[in-house]
This record gives sequence, C-alpha cells and structure tokens, in this order.
Amino acid sequence: MESNRAVFLQGMRHGIPIALGYFAVSFSLGITARDCGFNAFQGFLASYTTYASAGQYIGFTLYAANATLFQLAVMTLITNLRYLLMGFALNQRLPENTSPMKRLITGLCITDEIFGITIARPGSVNPFYMLGAWTVAAPMWSVGTALGIVMGNLLPMRLVSALSVALYGMFLSVIIPPARRDKIVCAFVAVSFASSYAASQLPMVKELSAGNRTIILTVVISAIAAIAFPVKKKTAAVNKEDPGNAA
Amino acid sequence: MQHNIYIYIAVMALATAACRVLPVTLIRRPIENQFFQSFLYYVPYVTLAVMTFPAILTATQSPLSGAAAMIVGILAAWFGASLFLVAGMSCLTVFILELIVI
Repeated sequence: MESNRAVFLQGMRHGIPIALGYFAVSFSLGITARDCGFNAFQGFLASYTTYASAGQYIGFTLYAANATLFQLAVMTLITNLRYLLMGFALNQRLPENTSPMKRLITGLCITDEIFGITIARPGSVNPFYMLGAWTVAAPMWSVGTALGIVMGNLLPMRLVSALSVALYGMFLSVIIPPARRDKIVCAFVAVSFASSYAASQLPMVKELSAGNRTIILTVVISAIAAIAFPVKKKTAAVNKEDPGNAA
Repeated sequence: MQHNIYIYIAVMALATAACRVLPVTLIRRPIENQFFQSFLYYVPYVTLAVMTFPAILTATQSPLSGAAAMIVGILAAWFGASLFLVAGMSCLTVFILELIVI
C-alpha cells in the first residue's frame, strides 16, 4: 500500500512540468488581465482562487465589458463545463467510501492538466496525488499571472515561447503511451488531432472559443468511440491495474 | 459604473468550484452503464489530444518550432520517456530551433 505522503510527493514531482507550462500560459493571461484593468494583487487572487485559463480569460474580458454578475456566473459555468465531465470520470475511480473531505480535495484540484496525469495513474484515484500536483502548480499559475501584469513584455519571448510547450509535452506523455498499447485509442487520438485542427479552420466553428470547441469535440468524439468500440467492463477494470499505465 | 472587482473574482471562483466539486460530491457510487463507462474511458485521451493540436502551433513564436516540439514529444513519449523528460525535450526543441529560425 502506497503511503499518502509518498503519493503526495509524487504528485508534486509530476506537478513540475505542469507548473512550468502554467507559468508561461498564465504570464500571457496576465497581460490580458492588465488590459482588462486588474492590478497584480487582483490577478494573483483571481488565479489562486479560480485557476482555469479559459474561464479566467472570459471573466477578465467580461469585467472589462462591465457585464452583470449573472452573465459572469453563466459564462463561467459554460466555459468550465468540462470540469463536470472530468469530475464524473474521476468519480468512477474514487473508492465508494471516500470521505467527504477527500472528495472535496479531489474536486477542487481538478484542472485540465492535473486531471490528465491523475487519470493516467493506475489504480483508484488518490486525492493526495492531485493535491501534490496542485500545491506545485497553482502558485506558479498565480505568480505567472501577477508577473504578466507587472512585467508585460519584459520577460524574453524566447523563454516564454520555450516554456509554453511544457504543457503540451506533458499532455503527449499522458496520451501517447496508452495509444501505443491500444490501437483504438491510437486511432481516436489521431482523429482528435485532425478534428481539432479542422474545427480551428472551419468558418462558424472557429468563431467559438477554444474552450467550447474542446468540450464539443470531446463529447462528440468520445461518444462515437463509446458507441463504435464499447469498452468491456473487464477491459476497463484491467486498465485500472495496468502497471504499464504509470505516469 | 464598474462593479467591485473583488465580488467579480469571488463569483468567478465560486462558479468554477461548483463545476469541479458537484460530480465527485453528489455521486457516491460508480455508474454501471456501459455506454457511460466507455465514454468516460475515451474522454481523457480525446480531450487532451484536442487541446494539444493545433494549439501547440500558436503557443510558440514560430509554428515550425511548435510542430517540431510536438513531433519530438510524440516520439519521446512513444519510446517511454518520463513525463518530465518529454516536457523538457519539447521545451528544448523550441528553444534551440528558435535560436536558428528567429
């Protein structure tokens, strides 16, 4: 049995590339925040309490547009709908007797990236793994936002540019190993790349925000995969214990 | 009149937290439905793939270095490099290429 402490520390280690990627992304988010009238403290606070890139981007621009709080709440909910989906997925892998406190931690630590590395871990979901990753990643996200507001374009673009792909490298390290083992996953990863590219080019569709395109494509492609290639219960259970699945 | 920015930040945080917390706290037992299970099995791969491409092409200063980072990342992950190594190699690819290209 792995100790919670060891799992927490592993989460922290795996949180490092996430934190680097976050820093680069939140730095540019900070530039947007400044344009929308946020000072460094307010940007830091918003990032530490919300930590959702697309959601915050929408929130900042709505503030600048002087939208109502109701509009803000509705738009935030819509932009972050994918977290609901991720919550459902994590719930399937939480032991039934998980305490309310640990369930709360599991939910609150959800970000796209932390969800990605958590779901790739074999066995049931351990909230302490997520908390470890969040503990490393969230401060970087918040500091990056504040620095973006303060420094604007002072940080060398070369560095920001290189750091910004850390996030995607991490995504790839989550999806590629299972794609190598499972031909169907491999095919649907390829389909997802192609569809996502098409959606970014097609008239009308490309006007949607990246967050909304992501959720629509995720639901449609995953539903097609689930209908065409249902996962037998046994396979799903095996996947949980597959040691090769370790991140 | 501009709204109080701190109330704005609070509403943003609460609405986001609601999306994160509701499924894991309201549902106590795993859902047995086969379609739903299969759907959730594919969700993480599809969503991460969708978020990676083509976004990686516009994350960098030149689409070329983004594309190269993606190829390097896929190859490294395919041949079993750790999460940190894959991320690091992608970053290094961009840094070196942009020294030449830009």
